[in-house]
Amino acid sequence: MDDTTAKTAAAPPKLHGAKVMQAIRDSRIDYVLSVPDLHTAQGLLTPIAADPNLKLIRVCKEDETLGIAAGLQYGNKRALILIQYTGFLYAMNAIRAVAVEHKQPMVLMIGLLGKEPGVAPQQARRFGIRIVEPILDVMGIKRILIESDDDVHLIQPAIDEAYATSRPVAILIGGKPA
Amino acid sequence: MNRLAVLEILKRHITNEIVVGTYSSGFDWASISERPLDYYAVGAMGLGSSHGLGLALARPERKIVVLDGDGGLLMNLGTLVTIGKVAPKNLLHFVFQNNVYEANGGHPIPNREVDFPAIARGANIRNVARVSDIADFEKNIASWMTIDGPTFVCLDVEQGPPGRKDWTDMYKPARRAALREALASGA
Repeated sequence: MDDTTAKTAAAPPKLHGAKVMQAIRDSRIDYVLSVPDLHTAQGLLTPIAADPNLKLIRVCKEDETLGIAAGLQYGNKRALILIQYTGFLYAMNAIRAVAVEHKQPMVLMIGLLGKEPGVAPQQARRFGIRIVEPILDVMGIKRILIESDDDVHLIQPAIDEAYATSRPVAILIGGKPA
Repeated sequence: MNRLAVLEILKRHITNEIVVGTYSSGFDWASISERPLDYYAVGAMGLGSSHGLGLALARPERKIVVLDGDGGLLMNLGTLVTIGKVAPKNLLHFVFQNNVYEANGGHPIPNREVDFPAIARGANIRNVARVSDIADFEKNIASWMTIDGPTFVCLDVEQGPPGRKDWTDMYKPARRAALREALASGA
């Protein structure tokens, strides 16, 4: 690659945390339940923590979030579970039982830490990222991929559908929110 | 103490509270109570108190009574840390300690010397107690039901006898629908 090529190579499309935040607000989320994820820590979790309209509950381990979200929805409170893909894998049994088998409206926002920009999750270098979508598919959990600002419009309809149909949804954060 | 005898006393103090049952304590509760506000946190062991925390936040006007087991709590010890921080005033968390995984064949928990009240105090839970005598339970239950929480009470109980286990009944969607309808109607 010569200097000219390097200067003209396309930069990865941007994902701005502020736009995702607005989609979360527009989705009438009351509570965010989270274990910090390096992928979303600065671009999402930090502004969420500072937003007076969102109640943030920091939990110790990801499966706690499924129980808390279940209890919240009985009181018509919407929750967003913000975790890393490793936490998603850890919490698999709780997701299976509480979200899928009990048919609860659970919103899982999952950071794909280390996924190469613009690369499809199933083509990622990291094994743990490659298996996320197939696991969601076999569990029958609808998924959307947010790679850049162009995808953010998918978030609110996906959350609304989860609550309208009482089913879980996975929002995969592929791009790193800036 | 006998777990069922403890629950019989608790039942006399229940009016419009949401009771969150889990596994063995849940089966015992189901054997003496049938109400829309009985909620069973089954399928993912350990999450009973997390379900209770969510309910407590969503419905702050109601007392939430969690019937947890020692094996379940050990699977989710971090819940005490979370509850200690969130500190819902309306959460009453009972843990029945019989030192065995009664719902899973009666094998011992990893460490029978575990001091759950000490862990709860360390997690900054507002009110913490341990009760080994049923007369003490009867003496204190009215207070625990009314004071501002969160309140954590460890109950030393003997193993079994295990109640009838009807998993299908405990899992049935109608139970969750009934709770939803009861809360919507303000029951």
